[in-house]
Amino acid sequence: MRLIVPLQGVVQGRGGLFVGSLIPCCLFYFLQLYLKRRRSPPPPDSDSTELPRTSSRSSLFTRGNSIGRVRVSSRASPLAKPPDSPYYIGLDRVKTDPYDRVTNRDGIIQLGLAESTLCFDLLQRWMSENLMDSLMMQSDVDGGFDVSSIAMYQPFEGLLEVRVAFADFMSRIMGGNVSFDPSNMVITAGGTPAVEVLAFCLADHGNAFLIPSPYYPGFDRDIKFRTGVELIPVHCRSSDNFTVTVSALEQALSQARKRGSKVSGILFSNPSNPVGNILSRETLHAILSFAQEKNIHVISDEIFAGSVYGDKEFVSMAEVAASGDFDKSRVHIIYGLSKDLSLPGFRTGVIYSFHEDVVSAAKKLMRFCSMPVPVQRILISLLSDTRFIEEYMAAHRQRIRDKHFLFVEGLKQLGIPCAESGGGLYCWVDMSSLLTSYSEKGELELFEKLLSVAKINATPGTACYCIEPGWFRCCFTALADEDIPVIMERIKLLAESSTS
Amino acid sequence: MGLPLMINNDDNNNNKVELSRVAVSDTHGEDSPYFAGWKAYDENPYDESHNPSGVIQMGLAENQVSFDLLESYLEKKNPEGSLWESKGSRGFRENALFQDYHGLKTFRQAMASFMEKIRGGKARFDPDRIVLTAGATAANELLTFILANPNDALLVPTPYYPGFDRDLRWRTGVRIVPIHCDSSNHFQITPEALETAYETARDANIRVRGVLITNPSNPLGATVQKKALEDLLDFCVRKNIHLVSDEIYSGSVFNASEFTSVAEIVENIDDVSVKERVHIVYSLSKDLGLPGFRVGTIYSYNDNVVRTARRMSSFTLVSSQTQHMLASMLSDEEFTEKYIRINRERLRRRYETIVEGLKKEGIECLKGNAGLFCWMNLGFLLNTNTKEGELELWDVILKELKLNISPGSSCHCSEFGWFRVCFANMSEKTLEIALKRIHEFMDRRRKVLNC
Repeated sequence: MRLIVPLQGVVQGRGGLFVGSLIPCCLFYFLQLYLKRRRSPPPPDSDSTELPRTSSRSSLFTRGNSIGRVRVSSRASPLAKPPDSPYYIGLDRVKTDPYDRVTNRDGIIQLGLAESTLCFDLLQRWMSENLMDSLMMQSDVDGGFDVSSIAMYQPFEGLLEVRVAFADFMSRIMGGNVSFDPSNMVITAGGTPAVEVLAFCLADHGNAFLIPSPYYPGFDRDIKFRTGVELIPVHCRSSDNFTVTVSALEQALSQARKRGSKVSGILFSNPSNPVGNILSRETLHAILSFAQEKNIHVISDEIFAGSVYGDKEFVSMAEVAASGDFDKSRVHIIYGLSKDLSLPGFRTGVIYSFHEDVVSAAKKLMRFCSMPVPVQRILISLLSDTRFIEEYMAAHRQRIRDKHFLFVEGLKQLGIPCAESGGGLYCWVDMSSLLTSYSEKGELELFEKLLSVAKINATPGTACYCIEPGWFRCCFTALADEDIPVIMERIKLLAESSTS
Repeated sequence: MGLPLMINNDDNNNNKVELSRVAVSDTHGEDSPYFAGWKAYDENPYDESHNPSGVIQMGLAENQVSFDLLESYLEKKNPEGSLWESKGSRGFRENALFQDYHGLKTFRQAMASFMEKIRGGKARFDPDRIVLTAGATAANELLTFILANPNDALLVPTPYYPGFDRDLRWRTGVRIVPIHCDSSNHFQITPEALETAYETARDANIRVRGVLITNPSNPLGATVQKKALEDLLDFCVRKNIHLVSDEIYSGSVFNASEFTSVAEIVENIDDVSVKERVHIVYSLSKDLGLPGFRVGTIYSYNDNVVRTARRMSSFTLVSSQTQHMLASMLSDEEFTEKYIRINRERLRRRYETIVEGLKKEGIECLKGNAGLFCWMNLGFLLNTNTKEGELELWDVILKELKLNISPGSSCHCSEFGWFRVCFANMSEKTLEIALKRIHEFMDRRRKVLNC
């Protein structure tokens, strides 16, 4: 603490250590505090005294430590600290010792990242056959490649063709009963900016969104960092298979209001993350009715819509909004290709809103996070290749289903149950039987043991604000079949060592 | 007794869901003449064959003069396979999955090397200090979020790029306090102007967090002198504030020796507390003519800022595909050396063409040496030496000459009658047509004045 530095001189004086140091310390501290409060801008930095102008430049630049350290904003400070959520801690630990079935069989197996590599073979084949053409599709008068088709400024919200392609694709993978208007759509550089831009448009600093928990840990960063919008968890329980209820929403809302918090909307994922639930039409209807009654927004993050493998059909909130007696302008959808098409690196996100002012504002905000034109060209080609898309999506769903079965079965053999799920790239696992104490502390201890002893990174429910301890999200779509017995064996050993 | 209130019984209106202040604010600035001219262009765009009397866009700083160089590079057959494609399936897999906010190491190395080349090797760039963003617009906004709190201010010399009003202020809530520059010294920043701006902020109880300059300047089309940069750094050290140098046009300086980057000045300083207040913004949109690729960078000498910017860049990542495509291009020494050299030369010739063409009509421009535009003085044509007078003239130029140029007032210029005219986003033929229209206009005017 910088205040200590000038105190050294005081402390070195006579008198007992107590009298000599503590009292002057306190007095000095309180004096600084008092002066700090009284002082008006510029910054109350005790080192930034006005220095006399000097014609000798070198003397100023070689002054050493007497120039104050320049500061960053208070908004930025929390970002500079290392992450404290187990979600990020786990991801970082895997990087130090990543499992590889050939070169590092004792490494940490990654179950903490919702990514799928199950259909890379299909994607790779498409890219090798079509990438060049999709990028260099536009030619100039002489028939040669016209670089301006990918190099120049284009509308930041995305070319009309790419929005049309997305509208069509989304309609198809979401059951075919909903249609999307390209003019209500804005294309972003990923799902992360999509969520943030919506938050900026729908809520002011200090306002809040209700969010059914457990929820995706990344939302804390995506929503809160720069917008200053709060997230209020609405706790869901295993007895409901972690499905949100209107009474829980009611309760959360009234508690928020009592605290003086202004709730601007409800944010939820469907299929849900981390549980993997598909919300029923009735539930969606109920949420929208609730939002209508309270006059707040609804944001439905449907980024896993195409990763549905169970028997329940996926229904988009857009479909529910279009039916019935709702003010659609409060409904906003988030989508992207990171999960369904395994292209997180490309940075592909969609904001779809029924509110024209939101679309208008979001379009203008796209200058900060738009999708590059060459990538748009690739996606126009990819998404319009309906034959390939059909083949791909069918294989994607089937392979997730197969992998899910193997993984859940493996856990079942160990007496470890999973929540019922029908979508997403993960399962929600009940490891409470392995806890030494049925508490958050017990869960975090298990998380650490899983990481350091079993060498498995699974995301603990605490990171997802789950109110019941012992639940872990395990992503299985980057695993080969032969990895699964390895995982089960490790968990078995851990379980046995806990009980012995 | 007042008039009876008209009560709106429409339930929908009473129950209309609210939007945020950010969403409804007009800080996006798209209602200013800077953008109004673009609308006129969109409605009636000039086309050599199909619409020769349409509006010529001279309000967009885009570089098309060296497209042919890009095309021939991108098209060429490479023995290892096309530059676009990843090397084999492992390459593709990495590409598709890669979303690490550190950015591809090879790409950062390529960017660092490219930035060094532009500065003729007079400064070194450490690839680990490069943070990637989806364009310089995002880089400037991100830096503002990191360096300043809402209601704090950045000092920006006038005239400045109109987009700053939006990019630096809209979501961040940060203010801009102008550093007034004028033609008496070619709009260079003076220590007095800096002090005045700082005092103005302080008197209004606004905390200044930094100075943001564009070097070479937009809209002036001129480099900032070395001494001015040193004075500026001096000032920032004394006030203990940051210095952001947006060097997005650094590769578009006609004569490389005339550009001094703030990096060169910092290169010779060891004192961390001086260095760590300096941040540079760069992008491939202007120098390389690739605005569609959305590639920007923040280069910071401050470890804390690098770390924080990197994490915050999650909101504006550069696509792995783009990084991959450009990594080889930018590390190709032969290509980059040739491109930079030829591009500079072509821009210089364009600049000379337009400045000489204007001079023939009695129109003077600020002596420029960089960028994709010139700073033209039409003060002598104003009916009144006011903002209204300037906008009147701008409107005439747009409606009669069908030229979209940018009025100085939208750049917050303290003198009236200055206009920014872009010349690199069109063919030479189109530039000639634009000059012809100006010639005809001035001719008509001379005839009117003479009779």
